[in-house]
Amino acid sequence: MSVKIKHYPGEEVETKDFREGKVLFESFRPKAKYAWSAGIAISRFLEELKNGRIIATTCSKCGRIMVPPRIYCEKCFKPTDGWTYVKDTGVINTFSVSFIAADASRLKEPIVVAIINLDGASEGMGIVHRIEEYGDWREIKIGMRVKAVWKPPEERTGAITDIKYFKLVKE
Amino acid sequence: MSEVAIVGVGCVGFRPITPELSYKELMFEAAVKAYEDAGGINPREDVDVFVTCAEDYLEGFSIFDEFVPDQLGAALRHLLTVSGDGMLGLATAYMLIKTGYFDTVVVEAHSKASDILTYMDIVQFGLDPIFNRPLGGHPYYIAGLEMNRYLHETGTTEEQCAEVVVKNKKNAVLNPHAAYGANITLNQVMCSERLFHPLKKLEISTPADGCIVLVLASEKVAEKLTDKPVWVKGVGWCTETPSLETRDWTRAVYTRLAAEMAYKEAKISNPWRDIDFAEIHDVFAYKELQHMEALKLCDYGTAGKLTEDGLTALDGELPVNPSGGLLGMGYGLEASGLQKVLEVVLQLRGEAGARQVEDAQVGLAHTWRGIPTATGAVAVLSNVK
Repeated sequence: MSVKIKHYPGEEVETKDFREGKVLFESFRPKAKYAWSAGIAISRFLEELKNGRIIATTCSKCGRIMVPPRIYCEKCFKPTDGWTYVKDTGVINTFSVSFIAADASRLKEPIVVAIINLDGASEGMGIVHRIEEYGDWREIKIGMRVKAVWKPPEERTGAITDIKYFKLVKE
Repeated sequence: MSEVAIVGVGCVGFRPITPELSYKELMFEAAVKAYEDAGGINPREDVDVFVTCAEDYLEGFSIFDEFVPDQLGAALRHLLTVSGDGMLGLATAYMLIKTGYFDTVVVEAHSKASDILTYMDIVQFGLDPIFNRPLGGHPYYIAGLEMNRYLHETGTTEEQCAEVVVKNKKNAVLNPHAAYGANITLNQVMCSERLFHPLKKLEISTPADGCIVLVLASEKVAEKLTDKPVWVKGVGWCTETPSLETRDWTRAVYTRLAAEMAYKEAKISNPWRDIDFAEIHDVFAYKELQHMEALKLCDYGTAGKLTEDGLTALDGELPVNPSGGLLGMGYGLEASGLQKVLEVVLQLRGEAGARQVEDAQVGLAHTWRGIPTATGAVAVLSNVK
């Protein structure tokens, strides 16, 4: 309501009016299922996660070591030339602390998501992951060093979540 | 205004499934081929605008536009996405060049149909939620409804529709880009399961995976890049009402109006005489006949007879779907329009191999966005400026 409008015209409707069928409505739940083919580059990346390693592809023209890997260099527009492992340690490029979930409900523990530049990869390349074991979120700073905490080998499925999270490491 | 030419084409597929490649890798391969075909251009420098064509629900991503630049060489370049058939992308590229501001424009469309596990549910989701969805059923009943009315109004026979399947699958045997070529008999089509009366199983195209990339250029650039430019003489597009309750169930009016728009620009006054061959949207066999009439290639109600008499066969007076059509190549979803354009380009360059139409100078490419839409587009192409 604004200063000028004290009451909007029309009927007020509440959730229970829908539940009780007082309001006419149609509902439809779409059945949308997909099986995205991971392809050459991402299939290898996921397989290596299962082995507890992070793999990158390389471009001989610009010299970049690219992770996540791809079969083409988007900068030079040519096929990549090889595969190389990068480390599971790196530096926080940027991070944010979420206090609410996707449905806007308040989280008991905030979720910290970070862009992590991995050691061994080219400048500004790495992985997006969660940061945990940080104590007070106010202690997290851009530029801090982090290391992957992996699931035990038998629990890995070839997914980004084979890394449970990254934790802060002391220099 | 500059003339506009297609100076490069690249195609991967079409194949029933492509589990070995991601959609990005599929696009990369087609793009590399197209740039090489266009005189070896470097997309990082030589392309002014990239136009990709995709529909989010077919990709399984929200705002799919954002996932396309890297594999085309378009990162940090000028890119836009048309949420529709590839031929609408071609029309967009054509207009961009006609403005005089851009010389080289790339168009891309693909199908990763095999990644969509619930394709029919996605089509169903395209129906009106209040009037149509609650009735249930497989959404292809809409094709059955249209075919039934079309046969009723025109006197076209079920056999004449089935002839389209025999012809197109036979042409597809000669096309390395076709997934479903076959030598089958009229009887086999007629005896295939009646799925949506009067539509039969073999009269329905099967989806396929593939990607097509085109390079378009202004006159001055085109002549530097290739000695086989294919000129875009006219484009047109049109959309009918989405309402199943009130649309025209007999004539593909959207196609007629799209064709009139393209013909006017291309100065086509007698399509049957002025056009040497046509690639027409045939996702359902009867659609080829209905669309032929809407494209004014023949009189209303006569396409079935012409087909039965072999006039649209590869060696006929006006070959229709020398590529094998969607019935033979496989249904490339939003890439359908570019499947048609690809074949017209190959034919006009004399590169269609065993299915080459002799002395082809003017070819027509036509598309439809499929069930449940009533959107069509037309392009008239020629190897003569």
